[in-house]
Amino acid sequence: MSDSAAPLTTADGVPLKVSLRRAVRRSKFKALLLVSPLLLFLGVAFVIPIFEMLSRSVANPEVSTHLPRTVAALENWDRREVPDEPVFEALVEDLREGQAARNLGLLASRLNYERSGMRSAINRTARGLGSMEPPYREAMIDANARWGELDTWKLIERESSPFTMSYYLAALDRQLTPDGEITMAPDNQQIHVSLFWRTFWMSGLITLMTLLLGYPIAFLLANLPLRHSNLLMILVLLPFWTSLLVRTTTWIAILQSQGVLNDLMVFLGVIADEARWQMIHNKIGTVVAMTHILLPFMILPLYSVMKTIPPSYMRAARSLGGRPFLCFRRIYFPLTIPGIAAGGILVFILSIGYYITPALVGGQSGRFITNYIAYHMQTSLNWGLAAAIASILLCVVVVFYLVFNRLVGVDKVKLG
Amino acid sequence: MAIPSYATRGERIWHYVFLGLCTLIFLFLIGPLLVIIPLSFNAQPYFTFTQEMLTFDPQGYSLRWYQDFFTSSRWLNAIKNSFIIGIASTILATVLGTIAALGLSSRHMPARGVIMALLISPMIVPLIISAAAMFFFFSRINLAQTYLGVILAHTALGIPFVVITVTATLSSFDTTLIRAAHSLGANPTRTFFKVVLPLVTPGVVSGALFAFITSFDEVVVVLFIAGPEQRTMPIQMWSGIREQISPTILAVATLLVLLSMLLLATLELLRRRGERLRGVTPG
Amino acid sequence: MKKRGTSSVIKGSSIAFAGLSALALAVGAQAQQTLNIVSWGGAYTMSQQRAYHDPWMEQTGDEIINIDQSGNALAGLRSQSQAGNVTWDLVDMLPADAMIACAEGLIEPIDHDELLAEAPDGTPPSEDFIDGSLTECYIPQIVYSNIVAFNTGMFPEDDQPSTIEDVFDLENYPGQRALMRRPINNLEWALLADGVDHDDVYDMLETEEGIERAFAKLDTIKDHVIWWEEGAQPPQLLADREVAFASAYNGRIFDAMISENQPFEIIWDAQVFELDGWVVPAGKLDKVADYLYWATDTQRLADQARYISYGPARLSSSAEVSTHAEAGIDMAPHMPTYPENFATALQKDDEFWVDYLDELSQRFDAWLAQ
Repeated sequence: MSDSAAPLTTADGVPLKVSLRRAVRRSKFKALLLVSPLLLFLGVAFVIPIFEMLSRSVANPEVSTHLPRTVAALENWDRREVPDEPVFEALVEDLREGQAARNLGLLASRLNYERSGMRSAINRTARGLGSMEPPYREAMIDANARWGELDTWKLIERESSPFTMSYYLAALDRQLTPDGEITMAPDNQQIHVSLFWRTFWMSGLITLMTLLLGYPIAFLLANLPLRHSNLLMILVLLPFWTSLLVRTTTWIAILQSQGVLNDLMVFLGVIADEARWQMIHNKIGTVVAMTHILLPFMILPLYSVMKTIPPSYMRAARSLGGRPFLCFRRIYFPLTIPGIAAGGILVFILSIGYYITPALVGGQSGRFITNYIAYHMQTSLNWGLAAAIASILLCVVVVFYLVFNRLVGVDKVKLG
Repeated sequence: MAIPSYATRGERIWHYVFLGLCTLIFLFLIGPLLVIIPLSFNAQPYFTFTQEMLTFDPQGYSLRWYQDFFTSSRWLNAIKNSFIIGIASTILATVLGTIAALGLSSRHMPARGVIMALLISPMIVPLIISAAAMFFFFSRINLAQTYLGVILAHTALGIPFVVITVTATLSSFDTTLIRAAHSLGANPTRTFFKVVLPLVTPGVVSGALFAFITSFDEVVVVLFIAGPEQRTMPIQMWSGIREQISPTILAVATLLVLLSMLLLATLELLRRRGERLRGVTPG
Repeated sequence: MKKRGTSSVIKGSSIAFAGLSALALAVGAQAQQTLNIVSWGGAYTMSQQRAYHDPWMEQTGDEIINIDQSGNALAGLRSQSQAGNVTWDLVDMLPADAMIACAEGLIEPIDHDELLAEAPDGTPPSEDFIDGSLTECYIPQIVYSNIVAFNTGMFPEDDQPSTIEDVFDLENYPGQRALMRRPINNLEWALLADGVDHDDVYDMLETEEGIERAFAKLDTIKDHVIWWEEGAQPPQLLADREVAFASAYNGRIFDAMISENQPFEIIWDAQVFELDGWVVPAGKLDKVADYLYWATDTQRLADQARYISYGPARLSSSAEVSTHAEAGIDMAPHMPTYPENFATALQKDDEFWVDYLDELSQRFDAWLAQ
């Protein structure tokens, strides 16, 4: 539009540009308005909880809220020897208050995570406070030897800040020395890092397995006439729609040592009755069951990509003299790479987050890091550590999710 | 997939090998589901085929595990809970998700990618993490151990499926149809009910079915935030598998396979109807 | 029952108010409340059901709902109290968990003489329970035991295992062992089998050498161990002959021997016994007081022993233990506390495990993963 021309106007005299912009703004607003209830809902029911959990992995309120006087009294402590009477006096007063309010338990647990024995040091001492007389320093050390150890006091001082890195360090098998340096945990205490790696490599293996099994199926479905492929598609979708627990149960029935597969092989004489294969409660169980469960998530994206590849490409390549394998490798396969990426990332993301199946069929060696999150949530009740492990896992998932979004676009995901 | 006439002998062999391979993979996909159906009629409390079953001796079969299931107040109560929670969360997820999908499919939707990524995230975030997070938060706001808490949690998990299916339907929706309806004299309400709704319904319904099955099949979140009154089917199965593995589980599993067949059939019918309405015919 | 109701009410501040609440209590009793009772499930809950719950429901018209959540009881109590919505009324819990819950203020402190019934001969409750078993918030019901059992069919008749050393002796007693996937008991057994004296076990486990010695002993059988996690698994594994030995709760093995006629035998040597009992979630004391008074009296605890082979925690109940309700056999020789079984018993040190469980669990897992 040149400058000299008069601006176009709508019937009521408003410049067309303005009017259009207004209309766009209005429809933008309308669209946002439609999305907002859902955004609000997910914000409250999902996003806030996730962030709150993340904050738990660094929150460290126990020492500062339950031992305020002790923390204050420790301010000018030289960290060279066990503190003097005033600090002990403050500690006794804090513990008396806590004992009366019956809320020392969380403090005791918190310190016990860092140093075994602190739980009973606090609980036992607190119970015996009634009859305790000054001078408290001797009386306390008498009551429990932990109070006479320098490391105990360094620990209390260190954990008096409202935030801590210890949960993340523990989640990565590292620890702080009493003097605040980060070191590896002793060999015989290291467990999480190897579980993270196991989760990743087993998920990688499962992804590879789904690709190997899913590729031919997707190829077949994409190249059959729609009438037949729709029928076969049902065979892919049925497991997809069947309860996860049902599918896991079936694998237990099939793979266990008194199960269908072992019975069949004993019957056929492949193996002896005493030498049944252990195919469940180990890595094999996890990989087989999860490959089965995640296979549709590989087939569907592959299929939708292969569907868009015109068969004439291959025919053209063949007619130009390419051998079948060469044509496939040079023409067809490269065209399916977006599907492989989409399916692969999707399966991998879902796999590293699986909990139910590894818990039921994984036994000891087929466990994932998720099982450890559940363990710390429900059994050891170390919720800070659970939150730290969960945060690390979440970061990995989010990175892959962003890659997926970049490569494929979440709005391109199709279901069934 | 026909073999082209110019195929060599090697290619023909490869073709049949390939078909055989595919058959095996299909067997891997479907076989396990088929194996448990006869096993659930086992007269013995075993997880495998007995001698009597293999010789088709009627003595080897019985309905005792089904009887077990239908007379157990625990299982029946669990079913009831699963349906209450499933239906309530499906309705919520479908309403919220469909409204949002209408906004998302607008051409002028700002920050579409970011918002979409956010709405899909409950599907991507590992369930154990969502469950732990909801456990902390819902406990704090007194929603843990309540039906409402479980329903809201399952609504959040079902939403991505509704959003995905409904936006997919809307994106293939031909907006000229609306203009056509207007130009033929229909008012907006009439257009919505007579034109838009019939075309969009299949997408909404299949989204709703996805949301329902998500809730109906969900263990982890219920494990963390539900109380004893909200025990659902999957929880009952989960503790059954972990503690005392009885073939009642297989009876339940068989019933659930039938349910999923039913849902799948519904979905297939909807898809065909959708295609017919849009004038796409299967080739 | 009436006695306790009135006495606790009169302790209230004013007589008029007391009269009013006594009325409310009476009405409440008629209104038939529902009690949510958390326990372990399986045969154990069944024994409680028949000894306590059924007669109580018949007597009062109350409804009792069993919740099989004792395995996660501490987590449950914590989250319910955080949520400010405690739905459990009475919880069956191990003493170690109860200590933690008590320190966190999740459960009510118990005045045993005030809340519980006297023995028939007038002995106050505080003197009628096994020595040292009454802790601040805890009301013990039973003594149970962690033992190792074996399938008699797996060994020649003239050479059946009988000691904890035999469990670690792969040469003379080959076969798989099923042990619970946790450090508790296994470390104790390892040291005992290695010749450590009963009195020194927990002292040794507080030292690095002691822990290393225990793991070294476990290393000798590690390749032959199947790790179980649910109480129902060991009898199953023994019955299927998947293992020669299995550690288990003695009641589960007894149950399989009696009701399924399984050829199992218990090695009582080095049994590690501990208590199990009730705790009352904070704020629930008034609601469950009447039930608790009744369900922990001498006769009720003796009754429970007719359904499961766990010894009553009350001294006065032991004399009343009779025969199994169905099998009709004498229960006494199957109790962990039977003198012959008890000779080499070790009491689980709850204070030790409260302190060291976190650390040793991690170490145990790391050891498993090696």
